[in-house]
Amino acid sequence: MSKSEHGAAVDRGNRPLSPHLQVYRPQITSVLSIFHRMTGVGNSIGAVLVAWWFIAAATGREAFAIIDGILTSWIGHLILIGFAFSLCYHLCNGIRHLLWDAGYGFELDEAEMSGYIMLAAAGIFAVSLILIGAFS
Amino acid sequence: MSTDMRTSRAKVRGLGSAKSGTEHFISQRVSAIGLVLLTPFFIIPFAVSLGQPWGDVISTYKSPMNAIIAALFLLAVFHHLKLGLQVVIEDYVHAPALRTFSLLAVKLLATGLGFASAFAVAMIAFSV
Repeated sequence: MSKSEHGAAVDRGNRPLSPHLQVYRPQITSVLSIFHRMTGVGNSIGAVLVAWWFIAAATGREAFAIIDGILTSWIGHLILIGFAFSLCYHLCNGIRHLLWDAGYGFELDEAEMSGYIMLAAAGIFAVSLILIGAFS
Repeated sequence: MSTDMRTSRAKVRGLGSAKSGTEHFISQRVSAIGLVLLTPFFIIPFAVSLGQPWGDVISTYKSPMNAIIAALFLLAVFHHLKLGLQVVIEDYVHAPALRTFSLLAVKLLATGLGFASAFAVAMIAFSV
């Protein structure tokens, strides 16, 4: 495939280009949107650990001890805390996206307000989840 | 200048130039709604079970309600993340070989892990 097909070498003439991420001033709406993707990718990695945990539990005591050892180490705890925040963020912001898909909350002030509410809710849920995990 | 270059037939079919995509969009949203409903019921027993002895974990997921919710959650999660990671790869990975390889890897791994983990939950639930 020739280089021009990747876009960089294409002669775009004097047409206006779509704005690049780097030249935009970060705003609450755009930053939350980027984090939705990042947490989605992070949650995918977390899902692999969850799947490993269940498959190991079904396999037997020895297989389970390996993943249990990883998750109960200090680095495992760090991963689980990050996973809790990432999961709660993606869940709460996902509800916000579903409401937009249904046609609600599209005004700028509404989108900013729902962003702050979502952040607070996600934080509360994540801390609660971590406390449940720690004291059970 | 408002010349519509599309043929009448293309307009009737209404699929645009990509020919597909609506189903991907809707499937992502349907699985999202399912996950909004399932996650709270999955995550509490899961968070409690994490770090507990093997025997306690097994007895938790022997309960039909915990097992059914966990299996549904895992199938929905891996379906949802397969669609999501596909979009991320399509947006950021441009080198043709790497793009094809990573799309294949995501689709196969996500499908495989989804069924394998749901099957593992069923094995726990049906174990004696």
